[in-house]
Amino acid sequence: MNIFVIIPVFNEEKNIKAVIKDVKNEVPDSNIVVVDDCSNDNTIRVAKNQGIIVLKHIINRGQGAALQTGNKYAIQKKADIIVHFDGDGQHIAKDIKNIIQPIIDGEADIVLGSRFLSIKDRVPMTKKFFILKPALFFNFIFTGLRLSDAHNGLRAMSKKATLKIEITQDKMAHNTEIISKIKKNKLKYKEIPVNIVYNEYGQNFFDGLKIIKDLFAKKIL
Amino acid sequence: MLIQLIIISFSLFAISRLLKKFKVKEISNREFYLWLLIWVLIIGATIWFRKTDVIAKFFGVEKGADLAVYLSIVVLFYLIFKLIVKIDKLEKDITKIVRKIAIDKQETKDKNRT
Repeated sequence: MNIFVIIPVFNEEKNIKAVIKDVKNEVPDSNIVVVDDCSNDNTIRVAKNQGIIVLKHIINRGQGAALQTGNKYAIQKKADIIVHFDGDGQHIAKDIKNIIQPIIDGEADIVLGSRFLSIKDRVPMTKKFFILKPALFFNFIFTGLRLSDAHNGLRAMSKKATLKIEITQDKMAHNTEIISKIKKNKLKYKEIPVNIVYNEYGQNFFDGLKIIKDLFAKKIL
Repeated sequence: MLIQLIIISFSLFAISRLLKKFKVKEISNREFYLWLLIWVLIIGATIWFRKTDVIAKFFGVEKGADLAVYLSIVVLFYLIFKLIVKIDKLEKDITKIVRKIAIDKQETKDKNRT
């Protein structure tokens, strides 16, 4: 199986080395593709030094656009499974093996990581009830798909799913777009418990409002 | 009235700019005649503003000036909508170009390696 791990990054010079090392250790036979979304720091140099593939956006286009760039490249390179993995150190590479397994077994076209399926999730209470739960509600309104987690960026997709889900939301609304396209294309999906390391990064309430704005704009235009 | 003078002067200025753009073919014939008609109508309505009350009454509005304001709001909303659609398309096109450059550059590297 030809596995591609796509890591979109923007100004992650402090985290990217450890993230790549983690992925390399856990999934050594995978192809790691870092998509640099026009960082202002040394991210691109640090990533290149790790001996992996680095695609560079010459203009900042957003995380959704970076992921689609990675998807397109991976498909051109005949990928069988594509994994989306955050570059800020929130995801744990150990979870990759678990999320790709249902695709290898033919049980799912797309596997979504979920923070809330583990027995004891580590999500801070404020983030859980003021950001993630409202986001779940909006996801349900926009997509009609009821999931346990809304904006977990850790996911694995088969080649079939990647071809069906073309990400057109350049910014952060791509998470909702992906879910909406799972439903639209009747793809087999599965949620798998994953762990998230919480740090100072991540989306806040206002980022959530921006996502809703992008989704409304998409519906109107 | 001063306001009439201001509107007419501005309209004449707009027509002069329009002619300049038309001469260097920055705008199409259709766009030129459409905008020319709009500015001529504005000048006409400013000079014979009493006559516009008749048209306004037909639409159920008391004064011609009020009708002009209402119509302007509708037209402005439409133009904003058109602009947003255009910007959205441009944003998508920029992303496509940025993506193509990123992938093509790596493909060249891949080819050179093999």
